[in-house]
Parts: sequence; C-alpha cells; structure tokens
Amino acid sequence: MEASTQSVKSHLVSHMRDYGMLIALVAIIGLFQYLTNGIMLRPANLTNLFLQNSYIIVMAIGMLLVIVAGHIDLSVGSVVGFIGALAAVMIIQMGLPLVVVVPTCLFVGFVIGAIHGYWVAYWKIPSFIVTLAGMLVYRGLTLALLKGQSIGPFPRDFQRISTGFVPDYLGGASLNLMALGSGLILTAVLLMLAFQARRRAQKYGMEDEPWAFFLVKNGLIALAIVYIAYLLATYRGLPNVLVTMAVLIVVYTFITNKTTVGRRLYAIGGNIQAAKLTGIKAERLTFLAFANMGMLAALAGLIFTARLNTATPSAGFTFELDVIAAVFIGGASMSGGVGKVIGAVVGAIIMGVMNNGMSIMGVGIDWQQVIKGLVLLAAVIFDVYNKNKAR
Amino acid sequence: MSEVILEMRGITKRFPGVKALDDVRLNVRAGEIHALVGENGAGKSTLMKILSGVYPHGTYEGELYYQGEPVAFSSIRDSEAKGIIIIHQELALVPVLSIAENVFLGNEQARYGVINWPDTYRRTEQLMKTVGLQENPMTPVAGIGVGKQQLVEIVKALSRNVKLLILDEPTSSLQENDSQKLLDLLLELKAQGITSILISHKLNEVRRVADSITILRDGQSITALDASTEDISEDRIVRDMVGRDMTQRFPDRVPNIGTTLLEVKNWNVWHPRRSEQQMVRDVNLSIAAGEVVGIAGLMGAGRTEFAMSLFGQSYGQNISGSARIKGREVDVSTVDKAIRNGIAYVTEDRKALGLILDQSLSFNTTLANLNGVASWSMLDPGQERAVAEDYRRSLNIRTPTVEQIVGNLSGGNQQKVMLARWLYAQPEVLILDEPTRGIDVGAKFEIYNIINELADAGRGVLMISSEMPELLGMCDRIYVMNQGEFIGELGRKEASQEAIMSMIVNS
Repeated sequence: MEASTQSVKSHLVSHMRDYGMLIALVAIIGLFQYLTNGIMLRPANLTNLFLQNSYIIVMAIGMLLVIVAGHIDLSVGSVVGFIGALAAVMIIQMGLPLVVVVPTCLFVGFVIGAIHGYWVAYWKIPSFIVTLAGMLVYRGLTLALLKGQSIGPFPRDFQRISTGFVPDYLGGASLNLMALGSGLILTAVLLMLAFQARRRAQKYGMEDEPWAFFLVKNGLIALAIVYIAYLLATYRGLPNVLVTMAVLIVVYTFITNKTTVGRRLYAIGGNIQAAKLTGIKAERLTFLAFANMGMLAALAGLIFTARLNTATPSAGFTFELDVIAAVFIGGASMSGGVGKVIGAVVGAIIMGVMNNGMSIMGVGIDWQQVIKGLVLLAAVIFDVYNKNKAR
Repeated sequence: MSEVILEMRGITKRFPGVKALDDVRLNVRAGEIHALVGENGAGKSTLMKILSGVYPHGTYEGELYYQGEPVAFSSIRDSEAKGIIIIHQELALVPVLSIAENVFLGNEQARYGVINWPDTYRRTEQLMKTVGLQENPMTPVAGIGVGKQQLVEIVKALSRNVKLLILDEPTSSLQENDSQKLLDLLLELKAQGITSILISHKLNEVRRVADSITILRDGQSITALDASTEDISEDRIVRDMVGRDMTQRFPDRVPNIGTTLLEVKNWNVWHPRRSEQQMVRDVNLSIAAGEVVGIAGLMGAGRTEFAMSLFGQSYGQNISGSARIKGREVDVSTVDKAIRNGIAYVTEDRKALGLILDQSLSFNTTLANLNGVASWSMLDPGQERAVAEDYRRSLNIRTPTVEQIVGNLSGGNQQKVMLARWLYAQPEVLILDEPTRGIDVGAKFEIYNIINELADAGRGVLMISSEMPELLGMCDRIYVMNQGEFIGELGRKEASQEAIMSMIVNS
C-alpha cells in the first residue's frame, strides 16, 4: 500500500502538466456552471460553444505545429479575413459554386502559408517579422477586396459549413440518435486504444500510470464524452464543424505522435543544429508547417465567414492572439520542441469556455480581456515553475 | 634582477571529481615576458582564471601576491582595477560596434552617463598609434581581420592602464606575419615596462620572446626556467610538457585490419564566412575495416572543421575533394547522403549540436535512423522502445527507463546516448569528435570498450581527441594535423607524445 501511494504520487508529479490542464478545464466548466446557474451546460449553449470556438481550435492545431517547430505565425487573423472576403467575392459577386470556391480558398491559404514558410525556412528571416508583414498585407488586401464594405448574406449551402448539423440518419424522435451513437462509438474507440496502449507499455516493461489512475482518468473522459453527446442529442444533434474538428484533431494527433514527419518536427524545434546533424531536412519541414498553417487558417476563415454569414473587413481581427494564447495555455514551449495537439485544443476550449461563461454572466469585454490575460500568464508561470522544480 | 610583480603560491583548485590544479606556483618578474606552456588540459587557463578573478577568492586554495601585497580578487573588475588584464583566445569584442566603442566598452569616457565622443575617438587614435594599428576608430570590428582585432584587444588593455597583460594563445588564429608583428609588439610593450604572461603552444615563439618559462603538466607546475641562464631547447620543454607515467587506462585490442573502407582525397575547406581563409588544406586520409585512426592536433588545427565538412558539408564552404567508401566514389554533400553512404559523426558538443535535451532517451536514440523503427513513415512505438532498451542495456546507460529525459542524465550517459544514436544508424565509418570530453574516468573506459567492439565488428573509427594519451592508447594509426594540414602520419609503434608534439612545433 505504501509503495502504491508512492507511485501514485510520483506519477502525479511527473504528469502534473497533463492532469493540471484537464483539472483546470473541469474546474472552470464547473465554476461557470455554478456561476451561470446551469446555463453553461444547457444543450443549446453547449452547441453554441462548439460553433463559437471551432475556428480558434482549427487554427490552434496548425499553430501548435508552427510553435513546436520553433516559430510563430501572427498572420492567421488577417488570413481569416482575407479568405472570407475572397469567398464572398467568388460566391456572391461571381456566383461560383461551392465545389470550386472551397478548394480554391484552401489552396490560396496554403500558398499564403507557403510564402511565409519560404522566407522563414530558406532565407532565415525571423518568423515574427515575416508573419507580421503578412498580417498587414492580408488585412490590407481584405479591405481592398471588399472595397471597405461588408458583403453578405451567403447562400444556405455555404452557411451549413458552420451552422449545419449532421442529419439524423438513425431517425431518432426527440433524441438525435446520430449524435448519441457517434459519442458512444467514439468513447468505445478511445477506451479500446487506451487499453491497447497500456497493454503494449506493460509488455515492454514501461513504467505506466497506476491502474487506479488509468481507470479513473479514462472513466471520466468516457463519461464526459457520452454526456456531451447526450446533451447535443437533446438539442439539434451533431454540428458539422464538430465533425470537421474531430477529424482534424485525430489526423494531427496521429501525425505528431506516430509519424516520422511529426517526430522530426519536434526534433527541429528542440535543437535545430542537432536535428540537421542527424540528416533531418529542417528547411522543408519548417516550410510545410507554415503552408499547413495557411491552409488551416483558410479553413477557419471559411467557417468563421459562414457562421457570421457576411464577409467584413474587420473579420479575424486579433484572432492570432487568441490562437497563440490557446497553444501556450495548452503547454507548448515558447522555445519550440514541446507541445501537444490535444493540449492546444484543450487550451482553446478553456479560452472559449471563459469567453462564453463570462458573456453569459454579463461580464464586460473589458474585464474579460483582463481575466483572459491573467489566465494565460498563470498557465505559463505554472509551466515554468513545474519545469524548474523537475530539474 | 628586477622585483617580482606576481607570485602565486600553493594554488590548488578542485572541481567536482577532479583536481584541476595541485599546489601550483608561478613567479613573474616585473617587466618580463613570462611564457606559460603545457598540454591542453594541463591547467593553464584555470590558473589564469584564478589570477583574473573569474574564479573568485575562496573557491581555491593558495595565496596571491601582486606587487608585493597579498590580494584577493572576487571578480574580473577587481583584477582589472589593479591593471591585470587577460585577452582570451576567443576574442571578447562586440563585432557590430566600432573599434573605439569596443576599446572603451564598460569604461566609457563619460560624464553623468553622457559619452564624450570626441574624447573617445581621440584617445583611441592615440593608443592605436602606439600599437601600430592603422584603421579608422569608427570602423566596426567585424570589418577588420583577426590580427587587427587582436590589436584592438591590446589597445583596450592599454586604455585601462594595464600593468600585467595575459595573452591566451594570441597567435593561434593568426597568419605567420601577423604573429611576428604581435610578438614584436609584445617586446615593445616590454620596453615600456609592461609585464606579459604568454600562453602558447608554439615553442619557437616562446623561445623567441620569453624571458622565463613555467611548464604545467596535469595541474602541477613542473619546471620554471630562466631563459638567460638555462637550456630552453624545444626538446627540453616538450619532455617536461608530456613526461608522465602511462598506466593501463585503455582496454587491449588485437587489431584485425581489413580492406580500405573510407578514402578521402585532396580535401579542401574554406571558412563559412571569411571566404579567403582556408581551414582545411589538401587532406588525404584512409581508414580500413577494423581500424581505429586518430587525428591529433592542437585546438584550432582544423580537425573538427575537417570532420564536419566531410559529414554532409556541415561546416565551411567551397568544399572540394573526393570521398570513397569501399572504393566507390560517394556523394556526401548533405548529412542525409553522408549517413546513407555509411558515415556517422558524433559531435564534440553533445549539448549544443547533439542531443534534443527536452526529449527522451528513446527519442534521441532513434533520431538518425527513424525509418528503422517505422513502416510507411509510421512509427512503431513498441519497436522504438525495444531498440532504445537494447542500447540502454548494451551500452550500460544508467537510467531506469528509456522514457527518461536526456537533459537529466550525466555527461557520460549522455555521451552513450549519442553513441547509441549513431550505432543504430549502422555506419561503415564512425567519426568520434572528442568522445570522452568532460566525462569521468569510469565512463571513459566504457566508451573505449565500445570503440574497440566497433572496430572488432569490422567498422572503421576515426577519432579526434585533444587528449594525446587517449589517441596513443586507442589508435592503430595517427594523423597529425596543424593549421589545416595533415603534417604527418604515425603508426602505433612510432607514435609518442614527443613525436607528435615535435611534429607540431616544428611545422
């Protein structure tokens, strides 16, 4: 018994960051659930929460890769605005169909990111400068494209990118069986993967988390997902953006954790000289990280514009700050080489929950900013403190 | 006989696990040029750091007398206030600032924090004249050659009323005529009454200017010679520098040498930024299967530069020459290609250029051969752990799990992780740059064993080391390198420290 409490304690200490963030998320949700008298987790608000934060989460995934590679991208907010304007011009003014507009917009985003990546990777221009320039350029081009005016509304089809729901093919009556079923399947898959990973770890004699911890953690995660799925099912079902987000999270988690490309990205962020001396093509990877960021910013631009149902010159203004804050709250290191996709997503959700909760409570935008700033600072201080203690 | 300006008595300095200096004494007379010689690691720099206050009073044992009085420096400021100024091998100038700004850096000609520029420039010009430096004092230091930069350092020392000037290997990065000019300047300063301590490996220079010589070996002062009365032949100095008892510090190996693995011909490399400076000149080298080959030389001889330029052009520009592996000419123009053609390079600076310190042992072990633990670019975590676990056991890396962050490991274990990485890359030829730098004796012996096993397995090993006994104990053949060139080659039988040293000092 003595030994097992010891192992629980040492495990908790060594994984302080991972648990700390989950605990913080649960605590923040709980706090606002209490402060808003239960409005926070009402089905309608929960659905809204996902819709409101989807574009931040999408960009946080891309930003995580850029930050892990040891760089930063300040241009994403302007790219959101620019792509929104481009979509508006193509759809509303030129009348082009969605099958043309969506791929074109994503491709343009990719090219924008690739241009940033080219200067950063091959010319060694600091990413801060390159993307700061990009931020100004694309904000200006947004204004030029829209001629200073808002364009809207969009056709129904386009709006569905953001505000649509997956139809209930299972034909539930009061309860959306599609949403509930997806939640259950997701839970089952996650549990299966967790068990598999644990078994493999034990096979190789790896120290893993204590059994009780494993059960409690995965039990809570399973419960949370099923509960969220249930709540969504009692409202309008599964939002389209939630599906998009889930796919992106799965794909990018896989890339960062399980592929050689992901591994090399962490290596160049951790020590670029050492990485180059192991034969890693650091320039190409940096280039790709930026190009990918551009594409995800374009996707976020489409989602945001569809949600707003109009393209405005100020769309996406200061989004880059929210995105970067989310990634750092999620545990990424400013110097590169450290950070997880799921961390960035949780970081974005923490920011989103705070925005949403404080808005419901009627806290003014002024104090919202103050509180968000302090939370960002606290999260990073917590990080640095833990790291120093571990040394 | 003139008075003694500096006396260091019974100086002992301990670092964790090592005694860097052991009861060292140094007597310097006023107005002389005193040479301090010894091998790399003999303790010359440590002694000078104590003198200049880098290691403050209290961190060492022994006494310092300066101008007849006991002194206790607690920082460089204290020693500079007394007129003791050290010029390091790596110059401490700010490249983007002008000559004048560098000269008065930290000692600005200012009133109430406002700098008097006319005064600054005038005084700089005056001092430049005394050392014969003809440049505009407004020229940025980056824009003048190394020889002139050296002079700027001396001007800087003069501006602070130097009485005792310490020069650490001042001519190591200078061309021949710049070196001569510098030595002439030292003699001139001596005529003006400035005392100098000259640390140098170049015994011909020492003989030319020194009035007396102190020889350090293994942290002890061996001899103090007076040039006016005693024999200061190079043979004599070399003998005192290296004469130590060799005990069994290296594992035995019966070499089983096969056919040639790596052959390098006419290898030339230029400095990555200063394109007129050639760092490696016409180097020819061969390594056979089962052979351990060494490159001996002083710091700055171009050994690391050669190795890194061969490993995917990681250093230098305008690289020319050919490399053959097993008789076939290979392309080593990128690191990736060099690795695929069977060359691996273990860096001398494992923290800055080798390890990803924030990541685990297994992450670091597989990094140079990720495809070995992946299929279709997808990593197999089980296989990766198995590989890392394998090396953890066979190289005896002391940590319970392969998930351990390498930043938390000791130097010796970190070096083993580096070896694990490059062994897993399965090279034909492994280049080891200072493989035992900064690690303890036990770990050194283990690393020697790994090197021998590698050679026994029919691989070639190229070993760069500043510790000559290590080269002599491990290598079947040693190339001697000096100022970018291979100046000689010694077989196991004819190799000795004396032979290597005299090759270097006579080149």
